[in-house]
Amino acid sequence: MENNSPNSVSEKIPFWRDVRVLRVLFQVIFLIGILLLAGILYMNMLRGLRGLGLTLNLDFLNDEAGFGIAEGIAYEPSDTYLRAFWVGVVNTIRVSIIGIACATILGLVVGIARLSSNWLVRNIAAIYVECFRNIPLLLQILFWYTAVILQLPSVRQSFTFFGGVFINQRGVYLPEPQPTSDMNIWLGYLAGGFILGLILYLVRLRKLRQLEQPGFPAKWALPAFLLVAFVGWFLTPGKPFTWELPALRGFNFAGGIYLSPEFSALLVGLVMYTGAFIAEVVRSGIQSVAKGQREAAKAIGLNEFQTLRLIVLPQALRVIAPPLTSQYLNLTKNSSLAVAIGFPDLFNVGNTMMNQTGQSIPIFGMIMMSYLIISLTTSAYMNWYNRRINRIGR
Amino acid sequence: MEERAPNPVIKPPTESKGILRWLKENLFNTWYNALFTLLAIVFLYVAFKGILTWAFTEANWGVIPANLQIFLVGAYPREEIWRVWIVIYTLGLLLGLSSGIWGGLALRLALVIGAVGGGVGIILAFFPTAFFNRFGLLGGVALLAVSLFLGRGRQRLRPWVLGGWLLSFPWTMIWLHGFAGLPTVLTSNWGGLLLTLILAAVGIVVSFPLGVLLALGRRSNLPAIKWVSTAYIETVRGVPLVTILFMAQIMVPIFLPDFRIDKILRAMLGITLFSAAYMAENVRGGLQAIPKGQHEAAHALGLNYPLTMLLIILPQALRSVIPAIVGQFISLFKDTSLVTVIGLLDLLGIAKTVIANPDWLGLQAEVYLFAAVIYFVFSYFMSYISQKIEDALGVG
Repeated sequence: MENNSPNSVSEKIPFWRDVRVLRVLFQVIFLIGILLLAGILYMNMLRGLRGLGLTLNLDFLNDEAGFGIAEGIAYEPSDTYLRAFWVGVVNTIRVSIIGIACATILGLVVGIARLSSNWLVRNIAAIYVECFRNIPLLLQILFWYTAVILQLPSVRQSFTFFGGVFINQRGVYLPEPQPTSDMNIWLGYLAGGFILGLILYLVRLRKLRQLEQPGFPAKWALPAFLLVAFVGWFLTPGKPFTWELPALRGFNFAGGIYLSPEFSALLVGLVMYTGAFIAEVVRSGIQSVAKGQREAAKAIGLNEFQTLRLIVLPQALRVIAPPLTSQYLNLTKNSSLAVAIGFPDLFNVGNTMMNQTGQSIPIFGMIMMSYLIISLTTSAYMNWYNRRINRIGR
Repeated sequence: MEERAPNPVIKPPTESKGILRWLKENLFNTWYNALFTLLAIVFLYVAFKGILTWAFTEANWGVIPANLQIFLVGAYPREEIWRVWIVIYTLGLLLGLSSGIWGGLALRLALVIGAVGGGVGIILAFFPTAFFNRFGLLGGVALLAVSLFLGRGRQRLRPWVLGGWLLSFPWTMIWLHGFAGLPTVLTSNWGGLLLTLILAAVGIVVSFPLGVLLALGRRSNLPAIKWVSTAYIETVRGVPLVTILFMAQIMVPIFLPDFRIDKILRAMLGITLFSAAYMAENVRGGLQAIPKGQHEAAHALGLNYPLTMLLIILPQALRSVIPAIVGQFISLFKDTSLVTVIGLLDLLGIAKTVIANPDWLGLQAEVYLFAAVIYFVFSYFMSYISQKIEDALGVG
């Protein structure tokens, strides 16, 4: 009988039990299901849009926006919707970059303070982290905005610091460096110093490689650059730049760098909240470096600075980089809470555009694409950085 | 041979525990630490002086008791509030029985909740507010204690209590919404802390199965399923929750015009879809930690894919990600405050309406601080639990 041969047994497996067939079949059914669902939703959407008298296209982007945006790059209400959206994107990027920089510094300081041998410092840092981590960010932003910044004194009774920084209920005013005509001369000195520094850096790097000794490759380059910059400052005939101080004119300050109350509240909220998370990331990163590593570094004669730079930080950074990336992405995404206090970030502007045009679907698409592009760029950069520090360590 | 001198008895170094010694070791061990200590003392003095002066002389705390009811339950009708109590008592009963039966972590949980509830209950018994029955909360604590003693040693109640926990979620919803002859309380009247807790609970409970499916999908070796799951997870994780909440508000009526889905359900939908993507990543972490040998062993036993996952892989994977899921629950609990932006009256939304009330103008700081304390207590308590779970499971 032919049934006795093993080959015919395997041939006789019915197709509904053949893994190869099932794999394909299962995926086809899955995709058909997904497409069917999408199709139903799409038909519903077309019906809904017809009911609202809308068509699905992007032509509206070239229409006049007609609404004002309180801050950001140059923009008039007579500009197009596309331009308005771009203003929002730039505002989001601006608050995110400044926020990331400040939160990193704050997180680093607090994270190190949490490991301090000083009992008081350690516990103040711990209380800060626990408080700000466990309260919703939106609540914090609203608190900073309505309970702190809007309750500050009026313009005439502004808090003044160093004669040039003014804080009042209309926002924060900072002095702004204004380049003069002599700026180019000083920039020339800076460029010269940079080239000199680069040469010294390479020379020392090569020498250290030859000697096979640990050392700080920028040990000569950094002082040389600073020296040239310093001497150049005095050799320049006039001052390269002057500080433009905000001055009270009429009912408000003019000149200098101006941070609106919305921007300030959003920034403070984001920085205090994310800083607490970054502090935890930094603390766990430093604690992850085994104690023996420090002791071994001491045993081979590295000093404290070398131990930190060559032994502890490279290993800690490897642990820190991935969670730090997700904190940066969180901060960027959380900047969308601007909508609650009226800072014109990309989500807020997009929301206004939706209310005006009713084109919610394409605008949602644009908003999501913008966030995805920002997120992917940030994580691509951080992944590159992560790979780089991992290579140094091994 | 030289006779060895008898070992001199060395006394252990005297460990002085004087306060001065402690100060020297912990605050003034180096010159820069001494400087930091002085700076910290100045900072604390300025901060405490400012905060205490404000809290005891300028702040008007009357706004809190006057609005306590809407802070806790929003516009939930007053004559129906007993239903909230039924839900609280049910959960107290279940918790008490579980802690009696299982002991350990559940017992610790019950003790902390009992202590906090008892403390707040005593305060409320002395300062009755219009909303609270004076002894309502103390009654709940008593119920907790009684059920704890009832549960002790009764191991055969186990399946019943587990079933009770499974049913507690629909039970809560049915009581709050109303059934049979009970008047219906529309979800639009749910608010305050009640709504915050419900949104967080729905978000985590419903997103759990979705997240497990997505995680399995992402780890699948069928490309179509893998790519669809990955695309969903990465897209949702790449955009802010506010966007998804707005989208749920605006798009659901466009895409599903035949259904009337109310605002809170749409918010729940948005939160669940958002949370599922993060849940999937947590579960995936657990799945990746399972050694390949477990799959192979299951295969060798002749188990097919669903059985392998259900009986072998998921029980191990989920156990190891419990702390991560609790962590996600904490951030979800905080994130529910974003529904304020789409106009729902959760705890934060209620705080905003109280501030806008002309009777209580200019009390932003008091109201927001009160809301912040509530959020803090819950989040901090949950991270304490998560810590204890990590210790108990030996994972994380």
